[in-house]
Amino acid sequence: MLQGFWFGVIAVLWAGFFLLEGFDFGVGMFLPFAGGEKEREQALRAIGPVWDGNEVWLLTAGGATFAAFPEWYASVFSGFYLAFALLLVGLIVRGIGIEYRGKARTAQGRWWCDAGVAVGSYLPALLLGVAFANFIRGVELDSNHVMTGSFFDLLTPYALLGGLTTLTLFGFHGSVFLRLRTEGPVQATAAGLAKKLAVPTFLLGGAFLGWSLAYRGGWVAELVGVVIVLALVAAIRALLLGRAGWSFAASGLVTVLVPVFVFACLWPNVLPANNGSQFSLTAHVASSSHYTLTVMTIVALIFTPIVLAYQAWSYWVFRARVGVAVDKPGAGLTDRVRKAASGVDQPAAPA
Amino acid sequence: MGFPTLLARAVLDQSERRSHKSAERTTVDPTMLARWQFATTTVYHFLIVPLSIGLTALVAVMQTLAYRKRGTAAGEQWDRSARFWGRIMLILFALGVVTGIVQEFQFGMNWSQYSRFVGDIFGAPLAMEALIAFFIESTFLGLWIFGRDLLGPKLHCATIWMVAAGTTISAYFILAANSFMQHPVGLKYDAEQKRVELTSIWKVLTNSTQLVTFPHTILAAFMTASALLVSISAWHLRKDKDAADPAHKGVLKIGLGVLIVSAIGVSLVGHVQGQIMTDQQPMKMAAAEALWDTEKNADFSLFAYANLDEGHGNRGKNSFNVSIPSGLSILATNHPSGTVKGINDVATAEAKAHGGSPAAYIPVVWLAYWSFRLMIGLGVLAALLAIFLAIQWRRGKLTSSDKLLRVSVWTVTLPLLANSFGWLFTETARQPWLVYGWLTTKDGVSTNVGAGFVFTTLVLFTALYGVLGVICFRLVRHYAMLGPADTTPPEPGAAATDEPVMSLV
Repeated sequence: MLQGFWFGVIAVLWAGFFLLEGFDFGVGMFLPFAGGEKEREQALRAIGPVWDGNEVWLLTAGGATFAAFPEWYASVFSGFYLAFALLLVGLIVRGIGIEYRGKARTAQGRWWCDAGVAVGSYLPALLLGVAFANFIRGVELDSNHVMTGSFFDLLTPYALLGGLTTLTLFGFHGSVFLRLRTEGPVQATAAGLAKKLAVPTFLLGGAFLGWSLAYRGGWVAELVGVVIVLALVAAIRALLLGRAGWSFAASGLVTVLVPVFVFACLWPNVLPANNGSQFSLTAHVASSSHYTLTVMTIVALIFTPIVLAYQAWSYWVFRARVGVAVDKPGAGLTDRVRKAASGVDQPAAPA
Repeated sequence: MGFPTLLARAVLDQSERRSHKSAERTTVDPTMLARWQFATTTVYHFLIVPLSIGLTALVAVMQTLAYRKRGTAAGEQWDRSARFWGRIMLILFALGVVTGIVQEFQFGMNWSQYSRFVGDIFGAPLAMEALIAFFIESTFLGLWIFGRDLLGPKLHCATIWMVAAGTTISAYFILAANSFMQHPVGLKYDAEQKRVELTSIWKVLTNSTQLVTFPHTILAAFMTASALLVSISAWHLRKDKDAADPAHKGVLKIGLGVLIVSAIGVSLVGHVQGQIMTDQQPMKMAAAEALWDTEKNADFSLFAYANLDEGHGNRGKNSFNVSIPSGLSILATNHPSGTVKGINDVATAEAKAHGGSPAAYIPVVWLAYWSFRLMIGLGVLAALLAIFLAIQWRRGKLTSSDKLLRVSVWTVTLPLLANSFGWLFTETARQPWLVYGWLTTKDGVSTNVGAGFVFTTLVLFTALYGVLGVICFRLVRHYAMLGPADTTPPEPGAAATDEPVMSLV
């Protein structure tokens, strides 16, 4: 009972992470196509106030897995060792890139920051899909739930398809986000990129869903899969019709449902074995004691609504669209930005 | 001897001992590499953490003063200070955030057997830290950085207080998790699952070890951050003399005041902590004193030039040793004639209780001895320096004396190093235990991660941290040297600067 609840909680945490950090990664992936330094800055400003809070969804998912399913946490983190190390490197250079960009003193320094953000977005976006695909495919486990396969066992064509799926999906989601949240040339570039990514996202996503269902998954996973495809079609259609808000809502639904699909495929396992189902790690076996789950349930029920409330409030505070970059420190996302976007020329910064 | 050299010697000593024991072992031991990685990433992370904990609260104080005195010259001055220090805080905070993620992942990557064994208990405070503290920190920091023009001044000021609260709550949970490793409480052993399980979260969160460790660490964080205020303010006062921005004197005053008060607090709490430690981990106190044989009226050794290894008696008996008579007995038991257990007796008792030879229960004694002394010594030195500077200031000599200000600039190095030595002591002197009395370090390491993998990530993280450390240091130095006047936004219509608006502080 509580195991099922916590399995669901962790699915929700991943869903929140894919929804929110999904567009952060997408914005990072957009940078090489943004045009120039000012455009990159404008794109980054759209996620500047919120990216760190979005990343905490991942840390909370990790912490909750540790607390509620220690065997799962231990097996996955040690088994996907290099993948997690690369994920960490990505998250580090991305975070530093975003935060230090405004402190860099030279154009070259800002270029390095942008490069860090881009690399730190492509890498996690790819790795997360590879990891999720391997969960579905199953891994080699011994009787102590220790992963025994080699690193290269994780790089099957199916897993790489999973990686490309999240990569293109986050790229699409981030471009749709920028289409909605920015003004001026960035908005136009992002809309163009989103349209270019629409077909690859659809094809890769569809192939991944189908191949996944061939491995495992019941009617719940199939149903979620169908909704994902429909939502993706809706997102693309709204994009083509120029309805940015609806397009983002639909692509948001897709990102939320991808982890839900993966978790629906897994249940009642948390880490299926591909060397015999008797080795599969089930939610029941992996879980903490009843007491620990009860304690964590109470904590989650008290604090999750509070977190959701103030995080939603922060999105409300920063609801204004982000205009083209202005050259004055201290300028907020206020009228001045809107004026700049509507064509009042700002003095160019000395290079 | 430099800090890395100390670490290197600790590792060499350990591996030497191991290789004597197991002659058949030919490959590199992944446990040692995993320990190296944990030590490197944690010490590095904790160079930043105390600064972010202390600085967020101190910047919050500055901004509150600016708000209270708004419209006056004093209010303007505090506003300049809050912006100036806010920017330095942000540069450090970013590095603390990204290195913190490694910490959470590392338990599962390198220490998965540990995670399996104690996850039922240890995971809970980590999850609570993420849910309760990390969300507050990250969300309100974003609101503070970008919300200056969007929120009212009162609300904007409240956001930085929320960040400060978040950092402190975060410290509480992670220190509760560490205190559990030092002194496991609220648990039972489940023979079927071969793991320990939580019986009382309340006991874990109010562990006696935690109740002294938390104030000790938080006060040390305030020592460190306030010492940074002293250092940078003194640098400006020395450079610009009477022309210096008056903001620096205001900050210097806060810095010295907080440094003195928190230093006194750290030592008082540290004293209680020492007694609890003697009671809960007798080996740690014995190793800290290189006390091989149990003694009554035990002296507290201030400094020993001696071979501290086994067979040379307490603190290498026949060598040069400066000590306070009965000092250790007073420190550990509050009585001059109190008995303090020696390493040999404790090791024999532990071997009897847990099996194996007594030698297996002895940590690296010289490392414990010296890290304990350096922690206390550097902390006391920081306190004495702060008191001395405060007295000189009252006598009107500090701000006009080039020599005194030059010394003041170095203040921050003392608590920074003391923090590192404190962790080095408390973690290495607990060895061979990972969870005291329950799990040894070598049993906690991942069994399926080869030495090659651990070595790869060790090199990767060390190189990355090294580069980021240089960048962070250079940025802090640059913005610290710029001064508050360059932090205030220009009036509308003023010439554009080269500074983009990514972080609007």
